[in-house]
Parts: sequence; structure tokens; C-alpha cells
Amino acid sequence: MEFSELIRTGRAQAELLRGPEAPPLRGTLCVTGHHLLLSPGPQATPDLWLLLLRSVDSIEKRVAGDSGTITLRCKDLRVLQLDIEGVEATLDIARSIEALSSLESVITSYPFYHRPKGLRLGDAWHFHPPERYYKRVARETTAWRLSEVNEDFSLCPSYPRAVIVPRAVGDDALARSARFRQGGRFPVLSYHHAPSGTVLLRSSQPLTGPQKRRCAEDEELLRAVLEGAPPGTRGFIVDTRSAQTAKHARLTGGGTEAKAAYPGWKRLHRPLERGRPLQESFVRLVEACGDLEQSMDRWLSRLEGCRWLAHVKEALSTACLAAQGMEREGACILVHGAEGMDSTLLVTSLAQLILDPLSRTMAGFQELVEREWIQAGHPFQLRCAHSAFSHARPKHEAPTFLLFLDCVWQLGRQFPLSLEFGEGLLLALFEHAYASPFGTFLCNSEKERCLCEVRTRTHSLWSVLNQPKEQRKLRNPLYVLNPLAIWPSVEPQSLRLWQGLFLRWIHPSEPSEVAWEKVWQIVTDKEKTEGSQPMVSASEPQP
Amino acid sequence: MEHIRTTKVEQVKLLDRFSTSNKSLTGTLYLTATHLLFIDSQQKETWILHHHIASVEKLALTTSGCPLVIQCKNFRIVHFIVPRERDCHDIYNSLLQLSKQAKYEDLYAFSYNPKQNDSERLRGWQLIDLAQEYKRMGVPNSNWQLSDANRDYKICETYPRELYVPRIASKPIIVGSSKFRSKGRFPVLSYYHQNKEAAICRCSQPLSGFSARCLEDEHLLQAISKANPANRYMYVVDTRPKLNAMANRAAGKGYENEDNYSNIRFQFVGIENIHVMRSSLQKLLEVNGTKGLSVNDFYSGLESSGWLRHIKAVMDAAIFLAKAIVVENASVLVHCSDGWDRTSQVCSLGSLLLDSYYRTIKGFMVLIEKDWISFGHKFSERCGHLDGDPKEVSPVFTQFLECVWHLTEQFPQAFEFNEAFLLQIHEHIHSCQFGNFLGNCQKEREELKLKEKTYSLWPFLLDDQKKYLNPLYKSQKFAALEPNTVSFNFKFWRNMYHQFDRTLHPRQLVCNTIMNMNEENKQLEKDIKDLESKIKQRKNEQIDGVLTKDLLHTVHPESPALKTSLCFKEQTLLPVTDALRTIEGSSPADNRYSDYADEFSKSEPAMVSVEYGVARMTC
Repeated sequence: MEFSELIRTGRAQAELLRGPEAPPLRGTLCVTGHHLLLSPGPQATPDLWLLLLRSVDSIEKRVAGDSGTITLRCKDLRVLQLDIEGVEATLDIARSIEALSSLESVITSYPFYHRPKGLRLGDAWHFHPPERYYKRVARETTAWRLSEVNEDFSLCPSYPRAVIVPRAVGDDALARSARFRQGGRFPVLSYHHAPSGTVLLRSSQPLTGPQKRRCAEDEELLRAVLEGAPPGTRGFIVDTRSAQTAKHARLTGGGTEAKAAYPGWKRLHRPLERGRPLQESFVRLVEACGDLEQSMDRWLSRLEGCRWLAHVKEALSTACLAAQGMEREGACILVHGAEGMDSTLLVTSLAQLILDPLSRTMAGFQELVEREWIQAGHPFQLRCAHSAFSHARPKHEAPTFLLFLDCVWQLGRQFPLSLEFGEGLLLALFEHAYASPFGTFLCNSEKERCLCEVRTRTHSLWSVLNQPKEQRKLRNPLYVLNPLAIWPSVEPQSLRLWQGLFLRWIHPSEPSEVAWEKVWQIVTDKEKTEGSQPMVSASEPQP
Repeated sequence: MEHIRTTKVEQVKLLDRFSTSNKSLTGTLYLTATHLLFIDSQQKETWILHHHIASVEKLALTTSGCPLVIQCKNFRIVHFIVPRERDCHDIYNSLLQLSKQAKYEDLYAFSYNPKQNDSERLRGWQLIDLAQEYKRMGVPNSNWQLSDANRDYKICETYPRELYVPRIASKPIIVGSSKFRSKGRFPVLSYYHQNKEAAICRCSQPLSGFSARCLEDEHLLQAISKANPANRYMYVVDTRPKLNAMANRAAGKGYENEDNYSNIRFQFVGIENIHVMRSSLQKLLEVNGTKGLSVNDFYSGLESSGWLRHIKAVMDAAIFLAKAIVVENASVLVHCSDGWDRTSQVCSLGSLLLDSYYRTIKGFMVLIEKDWISFGHKFSERCGHLDGDPKEVSPVFTQFLECVWHLTEQFPQAFEFNEAFLLQIHEHIHSCQFGNFLGNCQKEREELKLKEKTYSLWPFLLDDQKKYLNPLYKSQKFAALEPNTVSFNFKFWRNMYHQFDRTLHPRQLVCNTIMNMNEENKQLEKDIKDLESKIKQRKNEQIDGVLTKDLLHTVHPESPALKTSLCFKEQTLLPVTDALRTIEGSSPADNRYSDYADEFSKSEPAMVSVEYGVARMTC
């Protein structure tokens, strides 16, 4: 397919309004296969304004007289307005954007064409393979092994090739356990907590069905987990659905672990919102944030009504529960919901952030996202197909990953010195998860990424983020290694709306940015003065 | 002391306010003449000043003892369980007596002795000099002068002696106007903007009823507007909701009729009265004191309390003032009913927006002295210092502090002081430890001889200045602040209303860290300079050929390497210990998800291991 077939008009004169702070931009508007360009003409600033069409979430057109207006609402919650000369041109451009922004083919998407200067293809794709995490686990315990039973993705299409499993369990048993779990997602290691010798596992629901089927190998697997841990260790299964929902799931072939079948394991139900209700919560919050004129009462009631912060609280407290189980109770924890690709990952990744100081570093957090979200098979392409503005009927969209980022932000607010990365990294991840010139968040699973040859044909987001020039935006200048677990307060009084994300374009806060700059300055000053001292001592005349 | 029947009770339990699993600390409760003191088994002390106690409540007897709930004016809530009912009853009765004094002379300030001599005390009181402040603003000048009309509090008892009025307003006009204003509070200068030559003036409502007029009052307003050469019209801002102002007309009071005054533009801004504010805060505290509060209940409670709406209303009014002066060059006259609550809020906040001086530590003290203390905000009644009418109590000043806090959040670099400063001031308006906030007006304070018998708070705060500095402060950056009052800029002030609920707070403090870094920076820079000068000196000495072994020895102990390593040691120690201390409070047992620990241990009781004591964290 040729992009040119979808482009109805080459160019038009237009003026771009970018919100309250930025000055309007005037020039020639141009639609290309992947971008919307505005070139301000020779006399003005030479900067080209560029928008990735993939990041357009909804488009609205209006015509009046002989000109038209297009309002673009972007997936990163930006709202742009284009005033275009000519009715025909307006309609043509709108139709072109509509067609091009909703293309579903992965291999013709922009990351396959994007070739930034200074980066080489294939760089950074080998930053965070599961094998690397296994090396760390292997240093801490011998009870686990790296299995390549999923080498060809036949056992579980949404798992990576290599997974970490109990050493005592053979690949055949894994294969049977996989058949007993939805989507083949058998229990695998998510995190080994070295201080207590306990582990965090994740899986999908068991397919017990109405007949309450059992699977000996699945039971064996979980038994082996407890046997690999210090003697007497108990296990908890944190089911992210309510007991009621879990029971209902039996009717459709799913279900939950029967108590008698898994001795030593106890089930806890902590219902987390997912799917459409979560997406609607996001949509309603963004709607509420867009209204600058509303009264205090209306704002507070909308903030309450959208329930977003309630979801943040639930996610954080479930993660704390899992973390607490490991650290305080010395218990092994298995987390699953239904498919095990959404709220499950939310809980396991947050629990690690709470417990593991390494995951709070810049590199460690990137590894966590790569391992617990991307490799673990969170279906980014489905979940992030649309953001909060789309009029399209939501199918598989859900802002689970955004909820994760929000929870991380809340942790960062409560422990402002303990995360090596700052809000900048979280914002970047949000943006790139929804629309990106890089391949990192493409597709729904490792299998798909292999089919599309994402690793060899696109650039990795991590390689850009780790360039030295980006660091000031992404890092937390106040970071000090904190070897302890960070237990957040989950009381409503302690949680705040993430203004930096939800109000980023609506209500930019210049003074706090300047203040942040000042913090950086103080920190770099400090580094400088410290650095200059040894130099003085070096110039000390020798007797 | 005659109220104290029991001075010490042992085996008292202090319950955790937010835990649903009735976690508690056991310790000893002491009752002193001024404080209630609880010392837990780990020797941690909790001091509660009697004057801070807003209410004491004895709940129904339980199996473990008699519960005693104490609510404080600084929003601390403690829940004790006293083993014997008799002891509980004694303490309860003592506290009832001690927390509500009938006479000013029984308040803490009259017995508080910080070991200063009389001249130090006097110097403390002279620290804030309002005459100096008016001079700083640029008055007296050709348009404004000091009036001696109220020298002996004859015209208005609740105003200070020294008042600034337009030069062309004669004494008969002032006297006439004061008779037409509620409580004699005629229009006077509150803030003068030197560049714009415009003024913020304040007064109480006119006694206009449905049709009454007063020529002198009309003249005085005209004089105010003429004192501003840049603009012919002035604003008259009635800070009440229109309905309330209209209702006042029936009682012979009311508001200015635009037709009777030349060149005024009249405006209501709709801030609610002290009774609405009191019950709003009440509701807010009820909501956020709930155990196991859900996010939705919190926000719907926040909404229905109306608290943030009221804060926004005050802020909007102040912004109106600042804009009138900055944008239109117009003077503004502000009043409410009596002109000592809402008027104080709006005038002081307006000045704070306009003048960066008030955003410094010293300037903020001056502002409070000027617009609140001297102009007769009834601190003793509003804070309930004495056993009086509970209907007079209202968090008007707390709202002012909250507005300032919102500004510090929106403009992190505009204020010299930090949140701790605001919290400390709030602590002391209720503590009755210093004389500043006792009494309801200057006249009353003079009669109480506060300057001879008590101490001023301000010098103590200035001595402690370091604690209250905002490390990001940049003095020149902001002339007039233009805050945005879009609804989502207003947040619940957790550090005020949950100041003592440590589990709800961030576990690490950015402010302190930056402050330490700044300090270290300065120290390091100084070290570098010292070292450089030393090197220079020694180089010279070398050149002069006077370098001897002796000299080397004397220099060596201070060699840079040694000194640096010392500095570094200190640095690494500081933040780490800090982090440790703060994070210590951060254990899952402190948080509500810990209550699921019960679930963990239900099935296998043999494994119960989570106890608060065990859960303490160490490196």
C-alpha cells in the first residue's frame, strides 16, 4: 500500500495554535506518510513543526466561509488547533490525517522508517534480556533455572522465549501447566527477594472450569516453589479479581486455584479495575481536567466521580500487600487475575519497586519496564491504540500502563530522594507507549515483535533515553541510594492528582519548572565545588 | 495547680488514629501546669499544651479501660486509654479546667519565661515597627498623612492609635465618617503602592440602612480617590455575599450606594461569614478524621465541606485587589461587616501579592502585625483563648495562612519562608505562649500590659530563621504575583490538617535536603577560598625561602585532604541519617494495607509474626 493514496492534498496555508503558552505558528502545512509538517516560511524561524500522525487520537473539523479549522487531540493529551485557508484543503487534510493516523499495520509504521542521527540500528536492544535478570537471580539462589521451553513461542505466545522457573520442574511439566492456564501463561518468576529468600510469581488464571479440573503438574510447580524457598515458607495467591468474579470465571472455563489442590497456598482477593471501566475512568478524568471554568465543587465532584485516584490507591495497596507478604511474612506470592497481562503486571512491577532498590535506579527501572511489561506480554498495541480523546468505541484499550506510571509518580512524591529518575522519564514513557518513533512499545508480545523483526528494523527507545543530553530531563537530581523498602502511604490524603501529566498542556506551571531548574543548579554546583577540592590538594606543593 | 488532681498515670495506651486494628503505644501520662505529657515505652515524648486543647471527650468505658479523646487546635487528635476510670475522670476534669481559662492573666504567656532580661524583651517587642513600615511604603507623603484622631482610642477602640488618611481629609470629616461606620471603623490606609500611587484602604460597613447618607463619609471616600493622582475612580469592595449585605440593611447597616458617592465602582466578592467558615472546617475535619477513608469519600467530603471553595473565594478577592492596582492604577476600599475578618484576609493577601517585601520572613511578620494585630482582628475570640462564646471562634487566620501556602505551592521561588514557618505561626496563634496574639485589639493589649509581662514571638522565630528558609527563594524574580485560581490549583493542605499524623506524610523531605546541600555548598566554597589563600600564602613563603619544617607541621593538620575528607564525611552522614530517621516511620505496619496482615496470619496462627515492634526497619 502506498501512503500517497491516502494523502488527498499536498499542502495548504495554515495557522497552528498550541495552547495558552506557546505562540501561534503560521506557515505551509503539509501531510506526509507519517507526519504533519508546518514549515513557517523563509522569513520566520527556520524550525519545522512536526507531529507524528500516529499520536493523533481524535480529529474534529469545522468549516466557515472560505476557511476551516481542524482540532487535533493527541494521545499525549495535547490539544492543537489548525486554522486552514480553503474549505477543500481543510476537508482533504482532515481526511488524510484520519486515514493515516489510524493505520493498523505495524511494519509500515514510522519506527520502521525512523533513522535518527547518531544511533545505530540494533543498539540497546540487548540492554535488558530476561537472561540478564536470571544472572542476578542465579547469584542469589540455585532453586531457579532459565527455561527455553517457550523458544518457539508455542507454549505461550505472550511470553518471551526464556522464562525463569523452579529448577525442580522439568520442561514437560511446564508444558502441561501451560495448557492448564489461560493463554498458556504458567507461573513464572517475576522477582526474587534475596533478603527473605521468597519469590514473586505471576501467571494467568487456571482453567478449572465448572468441573473444577485440576492439573497435577501445575500443582507440582507451585509446590516446588515453596520447596525452593526457606523451610516452612507459605504461599499466597493474590487474585486481582473479587471472589465473586473469580467464581463466575469458572463458567467460561477459567477459575481459581482450589484450596485443597495447593497445600501451603492461601488465596487473597484484591479486586482491581481493568479494561473498559479503567479506560472510562481515564477519559472522564481527562474531560474534567479540560474544563478551566468549572467551580470548585464541580471539579472535586468530577475528580471523585472519575475514580482514577481510587484506582491508584487500590493498585498501590495491592502491590504493598504483595511486597509485605514477601518482606514481612516471608511468604511466596503468586499474582494473577484473568489473563495475567494487565493488573497482574501492575502489581508485580510495583511490588518490586517498593522492595528492590536496584529497580529504583535509572537502568533498573528501564529493565523493570522492559521485563515486567514489554517482555511479559502486556499488549501495548491493543491497550494503547487510543488515548482519552478518541470517539471510537473502545475495544481493548485500557490505561493500565499509565496507571502504573501514576503509581510510580506517587511513590516518587512520597520518597522524593529514592528514585533515580524523575517525572520526565515517566512522561516520556507515557508518550512513547501511545505513539512513538521507536520500536520499543510496538506490538503485543515478544512473538509479534520477532515476526515483525522489530529489533533489527527499528531503533530502541532506551538508546535515545540513555543519551547524555537527555539526562537532565529524565533524572532526579536529589537521588540518594536508599537500601530500604519504601512503603508508601495509601490514604487518600496522601495521594495527589498527577498534574504534570493530566494538566501538562492545559495548565503549564512555569514557576515550578524554573524551581526545578534551580534544584538542578544547586546539585550541580555542589558537585562542582566538591570536584574542585581534590584539584586544590593536587596543587599542594610537595615538601 | 489547684485543678490538677492526678499528676501521673501509668500504663496508659495511646491509640493510632488511623489504624483499624487498634494498634497502640503504652506509656505514662503526666499532667503539668502547662502541658499534658505522654512518654511511651521507647521514651518518645508527646507534649500537648493545655491551651492547644480544643475539646476533651470521655468515651464509654471499655474492657481495656476508659478512652479519652483530645482534639487540639493545631489539628492533633490523640486517643488515650486510661486503665482506671477514676484516673481518667480526674484527668478529664483537670484538662477541662486547664484548657479553658477565664482570665488572660492565667494564660501561658504570663508565666512563660525564656530567660531574657527586660531590655531583651523590650527589644523583642520593638523588632516590628509599624511606623517604619509605613515609611517603607512611602507614607506620609504629599497625599497621605498620619492622623492623630484616634490617639486616645476615642474614635475607634478597635483601631490602632496611629492611622494614615488622605491629607485633605480633615478631622471633622474623619469623625463624621466614623460615626457612619459600624464600630467606628472609618476608611484608613492599609497599603500604599508607591509606584502606582494607589492605595488599599479598609473600613467596616456603612450604617446606610435603606437610605441613610453621610456627607463626611462621602467626602472621605472622595479624598481617598483624589489621593490617587493616576486614576479618578476607586473600587469599593464589599467582601460579603450580596445577600448578606442586603440583609444587613434591615439592621441599619449595609453597603455603599453608588449614586451617593462620586466615582466609586462598587463590587461584591462573596466570602462567607465566620459561622459558615467554622462549620466548613468542622466538616472537613470530620471527613479526614474518618478511619479507613476511601478516595471517593475523601473527595466528596472535601467538596461538601466547601473548604476549598472558601479558600478560593478569599484568593479571588485578593487578586481582584491586586489587579485593580496593577492594571487599572485604581485605589481600593475594602470592607465586610465589621472589617476585622474578611477585610483583614483580603487586604493582607492583596498586599502580599503586590509587594515582595511581605514574602520575606521579616516582611510577613510585619504584614501580620499590620493587617491583623494592629487593625483589631479578634485573635482571642477567634482562637478561643479564653472560655468564651464558641460562636465567636472561627478559622479566619488559618484560612489566610492556607491561602499563603497555596501561593507558595504555585510560586515555589517567590517566598523567603517555607511551609514550616506558616505551621509554626499557626501553632502560636493558639499556644498563648507569646503576647502577640492575645487580646482582641491594640487597646486591650495595652491594658493587659503585654509588652511588660509577656514576650513577643517574632524574635524567637527570627533566631530560628534557618529552619524556615526556602532554599529556592529568589528575591527579585517576582514583582506582583498573578496566581491562577483555576479549581485544580487548590489542594487539600495535608501538612496542616494532618500535621501530627506522620504516617500520611512524604517520607523524605526535599526542602531539608536542598537546604543542606545549599549549606554544604557555601561551606565548601568557603573552604576552597581558605585553601586557595593558604596555598597562595605558602607559595609566597616558598618564594621567600622561609619554608621551614616547623611551618609545615603547623599547616599539615589542616591539609586540604584532611579537611575535605571531614566535609565529605559529614555530607554523607547527614542525608543518610536523615533518610533513616524519616523512613523508620515508614513501615507497612504504619499503613492501612498492613491490616491485611491479619488476613495473612489468619489460617496459620503459628506463623503470626507481624507486631509493630518487630516491624521496625533497620539498614
